[in-house]
Amino acid sequence: MAEKVLMKGNEALAEAAVRAGCKLFFGYPITPQTEVAAYMSKRLPKVEGGVYLQAESEVAAINMVYGASASGARVMTSSSSPGVSLKQEGISYLIGSDLPALIVNIQRGGPGLGGIQPSQADYWQATRAVGHGDGHIIVLAPSTVQEMADLVALAFELGDKYRMPAMILADGLLGQMMEPVVLPDVLDSAALPDKPWALTGHQGQRRHQTINSLHLDAQELENSIIRRFERYETVRLVEQRAECYLTDDADVVVVAYGAASRVVRSAVNHARDEGLKVGLIRPITLWPFPTQAIDLQIEKSQAFLAVEFSMGQMVDDVRLVVNGRRPVSFFAHTGGIVPTPEEVVVAIRRVIAGEQIDIVPFKSKLTGDRA
Amino acid sequence: MDKPMNIMLAGFGGQGILFAGKIIANAGLIDGREISWLPSYGPEMRGGTANCSVVLSDEVIGSPLVTTPDVLIAMNLPSYERFINSVVPGGVVIADSTMVGSCTMRRDIEYFAIPATALAEKNEIQGLANVICIGKLLALTGFSSEDVVKQAIDKSVSAKHQDLAEANKRALQIGEAWATSEC
Repeated sequence: MAEKVLMKGNEALAEAAVRAGCKLFFGYPITPQTEVAAYMSKRLPKVEGGVYLQAESEVAAINMVYGASASGARVMTSSSSPGVSLKQEGISYLIGSDLPALIVNIQRGGPGLGGIQPSQADYWQATRAVGHGDGHIIVLAPSTVQEMADLVALAFELGDKYRMPAMILADGLLGQMMEPVVLPDVLDSAALPDKPWALTGHQGQRRHQTINSLHLDAQELENSIIRRFERYETVRLVEQRAECYLTDDADVVVVAYGAASRVVRSAVNHARDEGLKVGLIRPITLWPFPTQAIDLQIEKSQAFLAVEFSMGQMVDDVRLVVNGRRPVSFFAHTGGIVPTPEEVVVAIRRVIAGEQIDIVPFKSKLTGDRA
Repeated sequence: MDKPMNIMLAGFGGQGILFAGKIIANAGLIDGREISWLPSYGPEMRGGTANCSVVLSDEVIGSPLVTTPDVLIAMNLPSYERFINSVVPGGVVIADSTMVGSCTMRRDIEYFAIPATALAEKNEIQGLANVICIGKLLALTGFSSEDVVKQAIDKSVSAKHQDLAEANKRALQIGEAWATSEC
């Protein structure tokens, strides 16, 4: 087995991207994401054909990504929440042009400039409204430094396969922390998929191709969107990923992703020590949301509890799957506050006792029920 | 299998708090344990207080954020005041008594005062009070072995500062050898 090294999540992600054959990085620094760009600025100039470019803005960077992707290259950009908002127009153009690219969001608290501490408040942006128009991107949510590295190759692979942009949605905690990581093997460049649609020059040997998101004919636009949504249906069916932890006998299942799932895992272990039958479903794909894993759990469990670092975004997706068949409770902190496992254990105890709770940190302290 | 050890290191920016955490984390890595290292990365690290959570465990680590430390290394007074009441009963506190008082009001913890900053100056290894505290932690808890922590120092010191590794190892031994009185 390859050697374990101690790395920050941001750095492990960047190295994994290089090993997955990404030679092009366009970005702009912002806390808590800056180590991704800093690492690439040192690493990519040493790679044959590698380009690191600090653009004049996030808007410029995402449009450089568009151009590189159109030429068939593996390409990425990274930012944190306010910077991702600036990239949204370009992401919509990537969707409309069926172009793959990796976009990394190391979330911080918002709205506006917000703060720089860990947050999950961009869930809706990533899964619902990553740009204007009908469309989706693939969204992957790592929860360890190892996954910060491992999900990079998957994001590129799925992006290429379905011709969709893919996002890694992490947060400041995962970006800044160090853990042991086994870095993935270097991908053989021969293993990269063919992209016959890419604009690589044709020297009169074939008909010219265009990559474009403009369709002034309404019927043509509707047709193109429907074709894209047919692909989305396949992605929804076959690409869902989730981890189930101690769910087999669980009376209550907590749903949490990313850094929040780590706090919940600690809380689940504490609660199990008290004899409480509780488990964790951790979505790894946020789009497509792992509806199958939650659907299978409904027969086994009496209630669900969603835990997030936001005022309640992913909980919508949990409620959509559960569809009233079981009560869904909610617990959160937001704005950069990371809940403690002890607080989550208190919420678990109440849900196990049969309460339906909806706890958010109103008035700067936990005041209890909102419903 | 040992119980997880949740460690909080805290002090001024510039005292090498994050570096000290990195030595502990690298020792855990060499020992083949599960580890996490989480720095404060807010505005406080630019001239104010810096802190760092390190977890050593034999099981998968959940939250890497240490809120109730088993071990606190406090290298200045604001850090001592901020974290002393969060230490679990029976926990270990190592305080740099050049910067923090040598006594505590808490009776339910083990409190060790070591004049780390003064010791570093006396031994002409200014700036290595952090590693002196790690030495004391090693002597008190045996979180790893001296040999492994020395290897961890080599791993933690950046390639261009390898000449400083020896001074770090000397600081480690000074901390290990220093006899503190509990109060």
